[in-house]
Amino acid sequence: MPWFQRKTKNIQETSPREMPDGLWTKCDRCGEIIYKKQLEEHAYTCPKCNYHFRIGTAQYVKLLFDDGTFVETDTHIRSADPLEFVDTKPYTERLRDAYRRFGPSDALTIGYGSIGGQRISFGCMNFAFIGGSMGSVVGEKFVRAVRRSLQEHVPLVVISASGGARMQEAAFSLMQMAKTSAALTELSDAGLPYISVLTDPTTGGVSASYAMLGDIILAEPGALIGFAGPRVIEQTIRKKLPEGFQSAEFQLEHGFVDMIVHRKELRPTIIRLLRLLT
Amino acid sequence: MSYVLEFEKPILELEKKVAEMKALAGTLELDEQIADLERRIEELRAEIYSKLTRWQRVQIARHPERPYTLDYLAHSFDEFIELHGDRCFRDDPAIVGGLARIGEFTVVAVGHQKGRDTKSNLYRNFGMPNPEGYRKAARLFRLAEKFGRPVVTFLDTPGAFPGIEAEERGQAEAIARNLFIMAQLRVPIVVVIIGEGASGGALGIGVGDRIVMLENAWYSVIAPESCSSILWRSWEYKEQAAEALQLCATDLERHGIIDRVVPEPVGGAHRDPQTMFATMRHILLEELSGLSSVPPEELVKRRHEKFARMGVWEELSVEQ
Repeated sequence: MPWFQRKTKNIQETSPREMPDGLWTKCDRCGEIIYKKQLEEHAYTCPKCNYHFRIGTAQYVKLLFDDGTFVETDTHIRSADPLEFVDTKPYTERLRDAYRRFGPSDALTIGYGSIGGQRISFGCMNFAFIGGSMGSVVGEKFVRAVRRSLQEHVPLVVISASGGARMQEAAFSLMQMAKTSAALTELSDAGLPYISVLTDPTTGGVSASYAMLGDIILAEPGALIGFAGPRVIEQTIRKKLPEGFQSAEFQLEHGFVDMIVHRKELRPTIIRLLRLLT
Repeated sequence: MSYVLEFEKPILELEKKVAEMKALAGTLELDEQIADLERRIEELRAEIYSKLTRWQRVQIARHPERPYTLDYLAHSFDEFIELHGDRCFRDDPAIVGGLARIGEFTVVAVGHQKGRDTKSNLYRNFGMPNPEGYRKAARLFRLAEKFGRPVVTFLDTPGAFPGIEAEERGQAEAIARNLFIMAQLRVPIVVVIIGEGASGGALGIGVGDRIVMLENAWYSVIAPESCSSILWRSWEYKEQAAEALQLCATDLERHGIIDRVVPEPVGGAHRDPQTMFATMRHILLEELSGLSSVPPEELVKRRHEKFARMGVWEELSVEQ
């Protein structure tokens, strides 16, 4: 039997993700092999090139809050399917799948806790949940986080990561831009600080509403931040986009974020800002 | 009529026939047949227009002869003085605005503006604003507030422009800022969706106390073609996307996103602009009168409540 018809399997490919015990991981940017413990100590950034790995709400909560003070609220609000939207798959199926895989928080986790002894109302978007897309639930939870700020007279801190509006809720998701922005005017009238933290990526309906309305806007290094996605722009203008276009650094240069903050510095920076503002 | 939509072709066929018969009418006795055909044309038109699909309405909303913002300002209003510039960077011709008088009301009017031909479309950037367009609108909204004049906005855009310079000048911030400003503006705001209401680019001048929408306009988070390309990974599913998005006036009225559907003449606003202008005048006067006696605090409070209600979600009885 010739070798190319061999029935038994030969050399198997193993990707770095499947390494034994998952003790090591590879930097998406520079390819550096990093010991997981070390990655955690570096707040999930590459010790060699400073690349900021995308992380979830649980990690941000651990990085930012005083130990054990964070309490998540409103996990009982779930996305509905008012339009009975079906594309290649029914929206209800996508939702069921996302809730099963990523938990009940939808694309925005909200709650409260202390950071450097200062109580805050807090929101953090979950990019893994249907691209961090903003539907009715994200809008409603954002408004509830604003209301908690108003009721307790505490600052609001929101970490954004979103591809934009949730298409399957069509005009309802569009209206969340107006709904969240309107709520922020009340926070502003009450003189309460709102710190918006932009992480990779923050685009579309979220960037064109609450993400860009912070009294102070922080961004993580290298995060993609913009209105239109890079692919849409390239298709429209039929040109390649320059290196670093729509990066956090680009936004700082053009005056749309206050500062770029390394993830390790995020907690001390927020604590300092809140001390100066409250 | 120089631009015919696909589904209007049967009507055009009959109209051609009538024209031919009329040319012969001098020599033959055709009056009765002509009258008969004309009746059939009207019936056919009424039938086609009584059961338009959502995608067909999208096509009517984009009809190149459809009245645009400046047409309404010229014909539904008594007076209009255009004001230019965002006082910051430049004047954006894709958004027009100024002071306008309609009946007893002096208002600040702002709207997206498309062009009619290639040249004017290049000038107007096909009605796709840059950040300076939204900032011009913001400046005019503040002007309205300062002088206690109501605001009327007209929405008609295929979207905010996705370009390099637009991003450099903060398209996202410009739209977000307008949502914020409009939410707290202490004068009445009437929003009219007259053609295409594409996503944040439309909403950027679309927060108001009363949202009215022309019968054949569309308004959603994304255009059907783009929705098709993202969700179906092909441009071919635009009809299905239009259906799924439920982007027509009656859909949005049912969902509580708009307050009122404005009827268009049979065949669409472009077939009988004079009637459309008269209807617009009438509707605007009604809407402005309805808001004129509401105190500013109440106006802003109601506007917030209106948008806070928007959205559909489920609340499980026990927090899990």
